[in-house]
Amino acid sequence: MTYANTAEVRAASAPARAGADARPVIAIAGLTKTYASGFPALKKIDLEIRKGEIFALLGPNGAGKTTLISIVCGIVTPSGGTVLVDGHDIIRDYRAARAKIGLVPQELTTDMFETVWATVNFSRRLFGRSPDPTHIERVLRGLSLWEKRKNKIMTLSGGMKRRVLIAKALAHEPEILFLDEPTAGVDVELRRDMWALVRELRAKGVTIILTTHYIDEAEEMADRIGVVHKGELIVVEEKTKLMKQLGKKQLTFHLQEPLASVPPELSGWRLVLKDGGRELEYTFNGSEEETGIPELVRRVGELGIGFKDLETRQSSLEDIFVSLVSDRR
Amino acid sequence: MNSVAKHCIFNGHAIAAIYKFEMARALRTLLQSVVTPVITTSLYFVVFGAAIGPRMSQVGGVQYGAFIVPGLMMLSLLTQSIMNASFGIYFPKFTGTIYEILSAPVSSVEIVIGYVGAAATKSIVLGLVILATAALFVPIQILHPFWMIAFLVLTAAAFSLFGFIIGLWADGFEKLQFIPMLIITPLTFLGGAFYSIDILPPPWRAVSLFNPIVYLISGFRWSFHETSDVSVEISLAMTLVFFFLCLGVVAWIFKTGYRLKN
Ligand SMILES: Nc1ncnc2c1ncn2[C@@H]1O[C@H](COP(=O)(O)OP(=O)(O)OP(=O)(O)O)[C@@H](O)[C@H]1O
Ligand SMILES: [Mg+2]
Repeated sequence: MTYANTAEVRAASAPARAGADARPVIAIAGLTKTYASGFPALKKIDLEIRKGEIFALLGPNGAGKTTLISIVCGIVTPSGGTVLVDGHDIIRDYRAARAKIGLVPQELTTDMFETVWATVNFSRRLFGRSPDPTHIERVLRGLSLWEKRKNKIMTLSGGMKRRVLIAKALAHEPEILFLDEPTAGVDVELRRDMWALVRELRAKGVTIILTTHYIDEAEEMADRIGVVHKGELIVVEEKTKLMKQLGKKQLTFHLQEPLASVPPELSGWRLVLKDGGRELEYTFNGSEEETGIPELVRRVGELGIGFKDLETRQSSLEDIFVSLVSDRR
Repeated sequence: MNSVAKHCIFNGHAIAAIYKFEMARALRTLLQSVVTPVITTSLYFVVFGAAIGPRMSQVGGVQYGAFIVPGLMMLSLLTQSIMNASFGIYFPKFTGTIYEILSAPVSSVEIVIGYVGAAATKSIVLGLVILATAALFVPIQILHPFWMIAFLVLTAAAFSLFGFIIGLWADGFEKLQFIPMLIITPLTFLGGAFYSIDILPPPWRAVSLFNPIVYLISGFRWSFHETSDVSVEISLAMTLVFFFLCLGVVAWIFKTGYRLKN
């Protein structure tokens, strides 16, 4: 999946990496949204996106991720607050703001009778750029759509349609790309392609904001993560820090004989006894280099503690939400 | 990497893109869009021209067959402008592809020019196809070609705007049909498409003057035959009023985001 030629990537990636750009590329302040139904979908969101970063918005269904994205892109009218895109107000200076943004929506909404080629060229001009067949060809080739360019969109599979939506979003060479659940209902291969594409775009200096339900996806891709819960942004943190704080894992020994207490030889690990001493549980940090597991298993064996089974469990996104929300209350 | 914003004042590319998209939609069904009016017009001439015409002979000094040509054109122009424009904007709302238009750096004026311009173009072409078909049946005279074109374009634009409003307002396909079928078509028939309202008894003639379509047909017919039910200045004024009324409503809709944005 090559989106741009390498020379271009190399040229553009240097400033992007240096990227501690002072001004945020998106500045959201006090943003609220109450839908006509009276439902408060967003409650006072403050968020700054840095130029060139990959930002993942995590949150359960109905948290408000799509609403937030839709406001920045101009599809939903905010109830209050301001959004600046590269310094341009999204309402007063909407042309300059929107010209910088590409959006891949969550739903697969495409025309049916248009060809791939026509629809992608349409997108470019709609965003005020003059036709550029070479760029469109590069985008289509990068997304493995070139062979399908003359096909009507309705004849494509779901995964291909999603690629078409990405191609449309990239047609006008946006500086900021929103991907609303790019990997929902997508097979492993396309998912890998998508990640590769995101990295390539980032190397070109494109800022990327994606939403996802999968914590491993955020872990894999993002520089920073924001967690949205019931219309509030409850955490915004560097990925590595967040994973340290929240990405807990557990290793459970199912013992043959119940233990009365944790043997002192094992005090170097954070161990708890559960289920009346029948389970020995070790909680550790998922992102740690040194988990001490091999050593622990050896010591347990040396101490002659017999176990029937070993089980590991990673804290799910749900657990993280629960812990975040209960921390706040 | 990007040199956006040379076009910060006017996005002509977007207008071209929308216009081209809409015209491509019509070209895909070219046969249907041309054959249908040709057949319908021919049928009208067979029924009205050949069967009834000889008994009517002349209306206001014009042979009946030629007399109904402007009315026939108006009938199609009004309904098709509405249908084209309402469908053009309703469909993206229905499928969700409107997200792209809403997220693009385009103003409401540009969106309207793109959609309404395409819809009006289509119905003007349709009107000319009907005129050409009619010429096969009756000799056509156009005494004021400039005004004929002016009325044609203005009416197509006004009713395409009206259709655009209906498309924005509609929340189901049946609503798209409702106004052209149940309001515009009857009003056109009663508005003197096939007769002069002068032949009606005075009370009905008075009632007819409340039908705005009377003015459109009358002015258009004047540009052909110099015969009219009401004075041509009033016709022109009424057409302009309707045009600006629709323009105002569209402006209001975009300003408030009514049925377009949450
Ligand atoms: N047009 C609307 N009218 C009323 N309520 C809405 C509308 N759109 C969204 N909502 C509500 O706003 C809340 C946030 O919706 P949103 O689509 O932003 O969530 P999300 O985080 O993107 O969820 P998901 O992960 O399921 O995509 C939900 O409770 C939803 O029901
Ligand atoms: Mg969503």
